[in-house]
Amino acid sequence: MPVSETFAVPPRLVPSNRAAAVFRPATLAGIRRETATMSTFRFAVPDWSGHLPGQHVMVRLTAADGYTAQRHYSLASTPGDTGHIELTVDRVPGGEVSGHLHTVAKPGDTVEIKGPLGGFFAWPGDRPALLLGGGSGVVPLMSMLRHRRETGSKVPLRLIISVRTRESLPYAGEFGPETTVVTTRTAGRLHAGHLASALAERPEGGWEAYVCGSNGFAEHASRLLVAAGQPRDRVRIERFG
Amino acid sequence: MIRRVGWLAVIVTRGFRSRGADRDPRLPPGQYDAGQAWPVLSAEVTPELTATDWTLRIDGLVTTPRTWTWDEAHALPRSEYRGDIHCVTGWSRFGTWFAGVDLDEFLTTASPLPEATHVLARSHTGYTTNLPLAELRSGRAWIAWEADGLPLTPEHGGPARLLVPGRYFWKSAKWITGLRLLDHDEPGFWEHNGYHNEGDPWHEERYAGE
Ligand SMILES: Cc1cc2nc3c(=O)[nH]c(=O)nc-3n(C[C@H](O)[C@H](O)[C@H](O)COP(=O)(O)OP(=O)(O)OC[C@H]3O[C@@H](n4cnc5c(N)ncnc54)[C@H](O)[C@@H]3O)c2cc1C
Repeated sequence: MPVSETFAVPPRLVPSNRAAAVFRPATLAGIRRETATMSTFRFAVPDWSGHLPGQHVMVRLTAADGYTAQRHYSLASTPGDTGHIELTVDRVPGGEVSGHLHTVAKPGDTVEIKGPLGGFFAWPGDRPALLLGGGSGVVPLMSMLRHRRETGSKVPLRLIISVRTRESLPYAGEFGPETTVVTTRTAGRLHAGHLASALAERPEGGWEAYVCGSNGFAEHASRLLVAAGQPRDRVRIERFG
Repeated sequence: MIRRVGWLAVIVTRGFRSRGADRDPRLPPGQYDAGQAWPVLSAEVTPELTATDWTLRIDGLVTTPRTWTWDEAHALPRSEYRGDIHCVTGWSRFGTWFAGVDLDEFLTTASPLPEATHVLARSHTGYTTNLPLAELRSGRAWIAWEADGLPLTPEHGGPARLLVPGRYFWKSAKWITGLRLLDHDEPGFWEHNGYHNEGDPWHEERYAGE
């Protein structure tokens, strides 16, 4: 029996592995500050074969003696941005890769990337999407929102973002009425009330829910969704660790 | 800058400092030491599964298909694993301590038929992953319900998970409910979705095509 029929949450698509399995050079083209701790890194990847919103890449840094470090980063940019990708990276104190990107990297530098990876969290834009992001977990969800705007899609989409303060919200000015921002320092933790109006909408075919962020956020938000009646097999989770 | 290391052309990232000198030999290639942290990576909502709901079934190409309850499994001799675990996303954790029962205890009772070569492990949620039968025998795999002296938490696969430390950790199916023995290899969920079929951390078998 094919696994896609037995797993509780069926995969959206099977990614092409040939492109994903090789590292290739990516040249840093620009750095855009988002918040005090987050920046967006724009890379030129001339042979980029495209991706789906929600997918991620592996970034590899190599030192002069051959030592390497590699980490996963979600794609913030859209498939329409040909020849380039954008990653939004939160600076982790003492972090090896995020630290390098934030303090050493400058335009013209070359890293290596592998991807796009992860078909499970991808959103091809077909079904109504209810997106819940905590902190840097908004990154792959932003790719979905941007993609929907770029293509002029009318598929229902709601985005709920949990951040500590307004100042820690990246992509300032890009959110519209589809987005609800919950600032946890003032409003407290995300709770059922924050999800109620989106869930009450009941778009045709129901919501496909995408939850992304730290494990703590992912656990909390996915439990809220299920408690509010969202079917378990319509919840996709990307945990940043 | 492109440098040659042996036959390989390597792209060096300007200004990236080597931490090679303090790289632990226990780290497989491309991994980093997560220290005390134990990241959680699963794509599903964590199930609320209790010990009374939990069972383990071994069937397929065995002489005696059998289902164990929580109490029956706990009546088997306790066995421990102390050692390292490696996740495909890049972190490794040294000196983890799991307790449960050696998988051989269950397999011996079920008695695999000679033609059995592979296993499809299945979790309570429907998640599946495949392994060669040999990778699960001779003290290389466990059904684990304790980690670092405490009951395994739901996020980490509690009440009980498969533990196969010789492979990337997606093969150690959380919320394990069954093992089906087969005479052929049958890819599981992640193996269908872009991950390598074997998942050996020492050969860096992460993605299909590698
Ligand atoms: C699928 C996926 C997508 C992701 N997408 C994004 C994204 O879009 N944006 C984003 O910002 N992140 C993302 N992440 C997280 C990202 O991959 C990294 O984990 C993150 O950037 C931290 O990496 P780092 O190298 O900077 O820190 P690391 O060096 O890995 O350090 C992490 C933490 O461990 C501590 N630490 C490190 N070494 C030691 C040690 N020897 N002893 C004790 N403590 C130590 C550090 O102080 C730090 O607190 C994603 C993760 C996944 C799995």
